[in-house]
Amino acid sequence: MNLPDFQTLKKNLKKDFSSFSKVKLAVLADSATQMYVQAIKGYGYELNLDFDIFEAEYDQIERQILDPTSDLYNFNPEFVIIFYCTNKLLKKFGRLSLEEKVEFAQHHIENCQNLYQNLSLNLKCKVICFNFNEIDESVFGNFSNKTPYSFNYQLRKINYDLMNLSQNLKNLFILDLNILQGRKGYEAITENKIYINTDLLFSIDFLPLVAKSTTDIILSIQGKIKKCLILDLDNTLWGGIIGDDGIENIQIGELGIGKAFSELQLWAKQLKQRGVILAICSKNDETVAKEPFEKHPEMVLRLEDISVFVANWNNKANNIKHIQQILNIGFDSMVFLDDNPFERNMVRTHVKDIMVPELPEDPADYLNYLRTMNLFETASFTHEDEQRTKQYQEEAKRAILQQQFTNETDFLKSLNMVSLVEPFNAFNTPRVAQLTQRSNQFNLRTIRYTEEDIQRIALDPDKATFSFSLKDKYGDYGLISLVIMNKMADNSFFIDTWIMSCRVLKRNMENFVLNTLVNFAIETGAKTIIGEFIPTPKNSMVQEHYKNLGFSSADNHWQLLLNNYNQKKCHIQIENNNGKF
Amino acid sequence: MESSEILKQVNKIFIDVLDNETIVLSNETTANDVEDWDSLTHIQLVVAIEKHFQMHFTSSEIRNWKNIGEMCVTISKRL
Repeated sequence: MNLPDFQTLKKNLKKDFSSFSKVKLAVLADSATQMYVQAIKGYGYELNLDFDIFEAEYDQIERQILDPTSDLYNFNPEFVIIFYCTNKLLKKFGRLSLEEKVEFAQHHIENCQNLYQNLSLNLKCKVICFNFNEIDESVFGNFSNKTPYSFNYQLRKINYDLMNLSQNLKNLFILDLNILQGRKGYEAITENKIYINTDLLFSIDFLPLVAKSTTDIILSIQGKIKKCLILDLDNTLWGGIIGDDGIENIQIGELGIGKAFSELQLWAKQLKQRGVILAICSKNDETVAKEPFEKHPEMVLRLEDISVFVANWNNKANNIKHIQQILNIGFDSMVFLDDNPFERNMVRTHVKDIMVPELPEDPADYLNYLRTMNLFETASFTHEDEQRTKQYQEEAKRAILQQQFTNETDFLKSLNMVSLVEPFNAFNTPRVAQLTQRSNQFNLRTIRYTEEDIQRIALDPDKATFSFSLKDKYGDYGLISLVIMNKMADNSFFIDTWIMSCRVLKRNMENFVLNTLVNFAIETGAKTIIGEFIPTPKNSMVQEHYKNLGFSSADNHWQLLLNNYNQKKCHIQIENNNGKF
Repeated sequence: MESSEILKQVNKIFIDVLDNETIVLSNETTANDVEDWDSLTHIQLVVAIEKHFQMHFTSSEIRNWKNIGEMCVTISKRL
């Protein structure tokens, strides 16, 4: 891929950063880092980021981190980069006795752990630690693999242990220098005479890549990640044109240059497995376009891997906007792959912020080119990510259905929504507590409860608890809403907590919930329900919640009289009510 | 290549790397005479000159030049 060269990055330093958001960054290293720092700062300009960088004096990693009154802590960075280099590591290793050498990796890792602990005691920051680029020490030769006394063995052990360490320490991220070296080669990334003269480690041409890798991690931690890969079909996912050549002649697998496309598909499939949404955007007839996904034995991607499949003769910019509406994610989190330069330019021009890689001419080069861009850096991975494709497929089906209905009522009816209503119990307690802790937007009073609190509330005779699960004909949302009501001395109910997941907005779920509350309250002989909205920076969505539901305002509270309550309109069936409230 | 031609090409590299159109080098010019020519930018200059003339200097050469003239002599020897 085309990265700006160091000279360009350096020229950026003179430009105006004043409109960019500031990111405070500290760089600690045991080699000279002036040029690395210039490269990061200059690369920030390309990303509209103003890196405010504290560059520690040379070789002060421990000194800065272990002294709680150091300049580092004074600077108070959001990110701390720790860069121990292989050359210095070897220098330390080389002087040790054989007995000490065996324990070298362990000591280094203990040191890293100690530094991390000190950092997290004194700072609220993320730590980015370089791993070590492998070098050929040429002391044991290939035999170095067979003995723990070799530098190779200890270095690789450190890299491996760093991975494990970062899995346990959630604010520790690894910058994989060794992978970058793997791409460029040792000879290309180092310049011996510069290192000997100045202690600057990297060759000038390598610095932009290190800067990019650094900022990739920072951006991903800030949540600026790519979530969706939109793929063209003909000559992008397979060789040839399905509409002209037919299913038996498209190149995939063993046919022609099909291997290049199979490997690209396998990459996309792995992205999907880890939570990246795949969408298709192709100029084709839909049935023709889908045929290979259904019938071609060598296709790696199948229809179930694709969240949104758009094949028609509309222009691609509009189709991508359509995909964006279904997925409801930003254009800046989308990547569009197309072999056709015309389509790429059209999309780039009309869809602001979308990433459109300039694919090489030869499909054999597609995958390697995409790999070098590191498009899908991420800062987390959970097993829930695996489920994402399915959830979006369900969402896409709902969206398609919604388009077909001219009015919302018909659409909501067609969803066949069913809600299970239960009081809090041993099974739903963890999810209920999690919702009280995580929900920010649809949350009327934002009171956080632990699981123990929820258990106590469930047993309290003066409290009524409700949990709501929802499913429709496309899938199961699980437990998505909860209410806690306090029974007051004047025989009214006060809504202590009302939370709903934003995934089920616009389904009249709140109407269903209110009907449930009112029915319950009337049964117990109550005359009124009282609600309260406590504003936070994030819950303005429900500012008018009680007003919209027909509550009247009464000194800082909202009040609903039950004697002439009309059941609110909704299209949700109650599944079962085995709760004794 | 004429030594004046080498000087001219080196001058152009200095202008480009240091991003300063006003630089005019002579054989007697030293780092003290040129704004921003410090140990860091020296590395950039060396790398740019090596690329331009397709040659490599040694570790000692890059630290021992006293002025532009000595640098140009090294270049001329290696051409």
